[in-house]
Amino acid sequence: MTAVVERPELEPADPAVMVVAPRARRLNPTLLAGLVLLGLLVSAAVFAPLITPYGPTTQDLSDSLASPGGKHLLGTDQLGRDTLSRLLYGARTDLRVGLLAVVFPFIIGSVLGLVIGYRGGLLDTLVMRLVDMVIAFPFYVLVIALVFVLGPGTRNIYLAITAVGWVAYCRIVRGEVLVAKQQEYALAARAGGIPTWRILLRHLLPNVIVQAVVYSMSDIVLSILAIVTLGYLGLGVPPPSPDWGAMIADGQQFLLDKWWLTTIPGLAVVVTGLGLSLLGDGIVERVKQT
Amino acid sequence: MAYLAFIGRRLWQLLPVLFGITLVVFFMIHLIPGDPASTLLGNRSTPQAVAALRTQFGLDQPLYQQYLDFLGRVVRGDLGSSFVYKSPVRGLVEGRISATLWLLGAGALFSLLLSVPLAVLAASRKGAARDQAVRVVPLIGLGMPTVWVGLMLQLFFALRLGLFPVSGFGTSFTEHAQSIVLPALTVAVALAPILVRSLRTSLLDVLDSDYVLTARAKGISRGRLLVRHALRNAAVSSVTVLGVNIAYLVGATVIVERVFALPGLGTLMLESIYSRDFPVVQGVVIVIAVLVVIVNLATDLAHASLDPRVGVEA
Repeated sequence: MTAVVERPELEPADPAVMVVAPRARRLNPTLLAGLVLLGLLVSAAVFAPLITPYGPTTQDLSDSLASPGGKHLLGTDQLGRDTLSRLLYGARTDLRVGLLAVVFPFIIGSVLGLVIGYRGGLLDTLVMRLVDMVIAFPFYVLVIALVFVLGPGTRNIYLAITAVGWVAYCRIVRGEVLVAKQQEYALAARAGGIPTWRILLRHLLPNVIVQAVVYSMSDIVLSILAIVTLGYLGLGVPPPSPDWGAMIADGQQFLLDKWWLTTIPGLAVVVTGLGLSLLGDGIVERVKQT
Repeated sequence: MAYLAFIGRRLWQLLPVLFGITLVVFFMIHLIPGDPASTLLGNRSTPQAVAALRTQFGLDQPLYQQYLDFLGRVVRGDLGSSFVYKSPVRGLVEGRISATLWLLGAGALFSLLLSVPLAVLAASRKGAARDQAVRVVPLIGLGMPTVWVGLMLQLFFALRLGLFPVSGFGTSFTEHAQSIVLPALTVAVALAPILVRSLRTSLLDVLDSDYVLTARAKGISRGRLLVRHALRNAAVSSVTVLGVNIAYLVGATVIVERVFALPGLGTLMLESIYSRDFPVVQGVVIVIAVLVVIVNLATDLAHASLDPRVGVEA
C-alpha cells in the first residue's frame, strides 16, 4: 500500500519526470515575459559601451545638471556625468552584486538545511536556534550593522548578506527534507544501504531544491534592493563605481527641479524587480504544470 | 484562564530569543577586522583612548567573562556610553524612540488600510479583471526600493502639492501627525505587496469554506457575505500576516526615517554609523530587535483575543 502524502503545490513526484516531460519544455507567458525583460536588461548592461559614448565616471563640469535630450539622452548629474551611462554601467554593478550575493546564502543555507533536516538531533536544534536568533533582527538593521563592523567594500556586502540570508534557505530546505525523507523513495534508498551523502545529493536534493530555487528569485530582488539601499545610505559599492542607489541619493537634493535624476534609477530597479518576479512566478507555474 | 496561560507560555518562549539577540549583538564587536579598539576609534585613536575603550568593552577579559558582563549590563538597562555624545546610550535611545513608535503605529495602520481593501477587491471575484489587476501590485511593488518610494511621495505630495511637510517631525502633536503621513505611506507601500498577496490567499480560503457555502445557500447577498463573514475573518488574517512581517516593517522604518529625516532610532543608528559611534549602533540594534519581539508578542495577543481558538490550541 502506498501512503500518499499530500503536498502543497510544488512537489514534483520525481525529478526525472520534471526534466523529461515534454510539456514542461513549453515556456509559459509569465516565464517568457520575465526572460525577455531580464534579457534586455542584461544586454543593455553588457553592451553599455556600444549604447552610450560617455564613460560612467567621466565628468564634464561645464555641462552639469543638463536636462534630458540633446547630447545626453537622460541628462547629466551634478558632476556632469552622463545619466544614461551611469544607469547602464550601474546595471552591471547592481545585477552582478545582487546575483552573487544570493549564491552563497543559497549554497550554505541549502546544504545546512539538507543535512540538519535529514540528521535531526543536536545539530538540528543548535542550527535552528541560530536561525531564530538571526530572524529576530530586521534584515536591513542586521545587514547595515554588519557592513558597518566589517567595513565598506563589495566583499563585505556579500559577507553581510550571506550572514543574514542563509537562514531562509536553511528553513525552506529543512522543511522540505523533513517531509521528503519519510517518502518511500528515500526510505527505500536508505534500506538499500546507499551511503548517506549519496541519498542526500542524488535522492533528496533534486526533490527539495525547487522551493529554494523559487525563493531565490524573490531573494535576488531583495538583494538588489538591499544593495541599492546600502548605496543610497552611502554604505554600498564604493564610489566612483556607478550604482543605482548612489544615483538616487545624489539626485535627492535636486528632487524638485531635476526629478528625473532620482526617478530614473528607481524605475530601473522596479523594472529589474518586475523581470525577476515574473521569472519566479513563471518557474512556479512551470513546475506546477509537471 | 486559558488566555493567561497562553500569555505566560509566549513570554517563556521569548527568553531564548532575547538571549540570542544579546549573543548576536555581543559578537558584533568581534567581527571588526584587526584590533577592534583602534579600528573603532579611527582617527580619534590615541594609546590612552584605546586603553580606555578596551576597559569599557572588557576586551582584555576572557570571552565568556566579556559576554556575562555585557549581558549583566543589558539586563540592567545599561547600554553603554556614546563615544560622540559622551552620554549614556540609553538616554539617546529614549529621546529618539517616540518618532519610531509613531512611524511603526501609523505604518502598520496605513499598511492595513491600503492592503485590506485591495485584497478584498481581488478575492471578491477570483480570476476577474480586478483580481488580475490587484495581482500586479506585488509584481511591481516588490521591486520598488523603499527609499525611492519615499522620495517619489515626497516629490508629489510635499514638494509639488505642498500637502505635507517634506521632512522632519515637528514639535506638537498635530505637527507629528502631519509629518508622519508620508513616511507611514512609504512603509505601507513597502509592505503592501507582501500583505496583499497573503491576505488574498487567506480570504479566498475563507470564501471557499463550508460555512460560507452554507450562508450562500441560504441566499445571503454577495456584499453581505463579504462584510459579515469574510471580512471578520480577514481581520484575524490581517493581524497574523502583519505579525509575520513585523521584522520587515521595523526594517523598513529604519530606512524611511532616513529619507524623511525623522529623528527616530533608525536615523540615530545611521548617524552613529557615519560617526563610527559603536556603542550607540550596538545599543540601537539591541533595542530594535527587542522592539520586534515586543510587537510580535502584541500581535500574537491581539490574534488570540480576536480568534478564540488560538489561545486553547497553541
